[in-house]
Amino acid sequence: MLGKLWGKNMNEYTIHSKKMIPLDRSNVDTDQIIPKQFLKSIKKTGFGPNLFDSWRYLDSGFPGQDNSSRKLNPEFILNNKKYEGSEILISKENFGCGSSREHAVWALQDYGIRCVIAESFADIFYNNCFKNGLLAIAVSRDSLKKLFLLSERVENIHIDLVNQVILDKNESVIVKFEIDTFRKSCILEGLDEIGLSLKYTENIKHYEISSKKLTPWIFE
Amino acid sequence: MPRTLYDKLWDLHEVIQREDGTYLLYIDRHLVHEVTSPQAFEGLRLSGRTTWRASSNKATPDHNIPTTDRELGIDGITDEVSRLQVTTLDDNCKEFGIEQFDITDQRQGIVHVVGPEQGITLPGMTIVCGDSHTSTHGALGALAMGIGTSEVEHVLATQCLVAIKQKNMKVEINGLPDKGVYAKDLTLGVIAKIGTAGATGFAIEYSGEAIKSMSIEERMTVCNMAIEAGARAGMVAFDDVTLNYVKGKPYSPSGTDWDKAVSQWKDLRSDESAHFDKVIEIDASELKPQISWGTSPEMVIDIDSTIPEPKSSSESRALDYMGLKTGMRPQDIKLDQIFIGSCTNSRLEDLRVAAEIIKGNKISKDLKRAIVVPGSGLVSKAAVKEGLDKIFIEAGFEWRAPGCSMCLGMNPDQLDEGDHCASTSNRNFEGRQGYKGRTHLVSPATAAAAALEGHFVDVREIVG
Ligand code: SF4
Repeated sequence: MLGKLWGKNMNEYTIHSKKMIPLDRSNVDTDQIIPKQFLKSIKKTGFGPNLFDSWRYLDSGFPGQDNSSRKLNPEFILNNKKYEGSEILISKENFGCGSSREHAVWALQDYGIRCVIAESFADIFYNNCFKNGLLAIAVSRDSLKKLFLLSERVENIHIDLVNQVILDKNESVIVKFEIDTFRKSCILEGLDEIGLSLKYTENIKHYEISSKKLTPWIFE
Repeated sequence: MPRTLYDKLWDLHEVIQREDGTYLLYIDRHLVHEVTSPQAFEGLRLSGRTTWRASSNKATPDHNIPTTDRELGIDGITDEVSRLQVTTLDDNCKEFGIEQFDITDQRQGIVHVVGPEQGITLPGMTIVCGDSHTSTHGALGALAMGIGTSEVEHVLATQCLVAIKQKNMKVEINGLPDKGVYAKDLTLGVIAKIGTAGATGFAIEYSGEAIKSMSIEERMTVCNMAIEAGARAGMVAFDDVTLNYVKGKPYSPSGTDWDKAVSQWKDLRSDESAHFDKVIEIDASELKPQISWGTSPEMVIDIDSTIPEPKSSSESRALDYMGLKTGMRPQDIKLDQIFIGSCTNSRLEDLRVAAEIIKGNKISKDLKRAIVVPGSGLVSKAAVKEGLDKIFIEAGFEWRAPGCSMCLGMNPDQLDEGDHCASTSNRNFEGRQGYKGRTHLVSPATAAAAALEGHFVDVREIVG
């Protein structure tokens, strides 16, 4: 798990925020979230300055560059001062499609995003989110419309992971969201997933013994 | 209860269902490349863990590998950051005892070309790789899925994947395609029909007359792009075509193991009345050569139609990015570069089809560059043996060394700003092949024909 994005104490399982970055596009692919030249890194950190690199800057970036001297694209939403410091990104359908690069999740987190809300997510990206403690919430088109409106108005919202609801400033429910138990507990408890699976070592070994009899060529 | 091919592959590999409802699915083969693995190996080291079964992992570098100066080995990689990633794979493979076809090995190549070619990936197996196009291997009647880096670490350490069962989708392609219409056109046609999220949450089984009559190479082209329709896995039932392909491959079973394997593999097909949650039917005989005009693989048209009116803001943006206008014909798109390669279309058959079209001709003078990048060292060797390299070179193509190359341009092979490229790869995302580059996804035949003219043409007029 990257950093400590979710706390150990109940009231830290919520995000109170006035700011949601409205990325009004569908099919945002992982090539856009973090372009290929930055995948050459062998680390999990340092991707934040290059999140959405080719949309965010007016030149083509390269790894190891001093990003502070680059020209920003004033039209790109991330560069709008209004949304500075936001921990929530909202977008449209099929967010995170394309390449399996987990660097996309690392880049969002390194930038400071703790939660992405979209109409739908691509499978591999969705999986990758929860492995790193990034909350991905799929909501209906109508609820999304409301959220886009609220982000325009910079109105406070409140994401409550424990109760799976997003509330508006009057604490009334905007949307109740689905999340499966395992993924939820991964975020809430910051589980060591490998450690958890290794508790089943006997089962895996047992499986291998019978599989070896049935399909010996797999083990050669 | 009647089961689908996916159900059967799943049942064969289920280790246990955990209390939280997820499953541990046993993984037979894990393919490793340099981009998505370094953080996983680092994770193993940090937690003091090791590989569960080292021999199940096979590695090869492909994404960063240069396609020139290969006789220099690792020193041929001029970009230091790329070089570090490739040497990190070398070091990790040594440390963890993983077999690797390294940059100097003739078997090196794109991981999805190498696996089937070596018989490392076989029918009935579960195969994963930190790469979304792992779906390719499903063409052999296997369950093959792309995974992220955390999952790479998990598979290395436990030989299992934490998985949730997907729904079943059948894509039935009946009828036979016209001359000039290829597996690539079929797979693009499917994506155009169901959309890039149309199969999210599903495992696709491709079936029907058109699929049955395809070679394994063609089936791989189809399954390769299952992910572009949103499906993590695409697959085709085992049949005699699969059997003949797998037989005699270096890592395939032999002797009594072979007989035993074949008798089991024969069951790798969906039962007659198996239930699919979604069924899509396509008539291959109605399909025409496809070309993508936008920045998503669903933005595709028939070669004889025109660029459509944008139906959404994404489509307007795409038109803008591509520098195209509604009503333009594919013939009106002036091309700058041609790329024949990638895990979709870089196998021997693909190169043969393209070579047949350009044989004795010259590529257009208006092109900046046209390159052919074989999928592996062995594909390259076989092509050279048939003299295909000469045909390409004489026509004005550059014949390169194997790797991912301009499919994503992590190595020096990239488009320049604004370039239009006829590409046999699988993604036309913004900047995929180079900063502000413009990709048109096509079959190798269409790419070859376009190389001769400097713009798109209907390849049916050439081969028909
Ligand atoms: S050829 Fe392209 S799509 Fe295939 S593995 Fe390489 S980069 Fe990915």
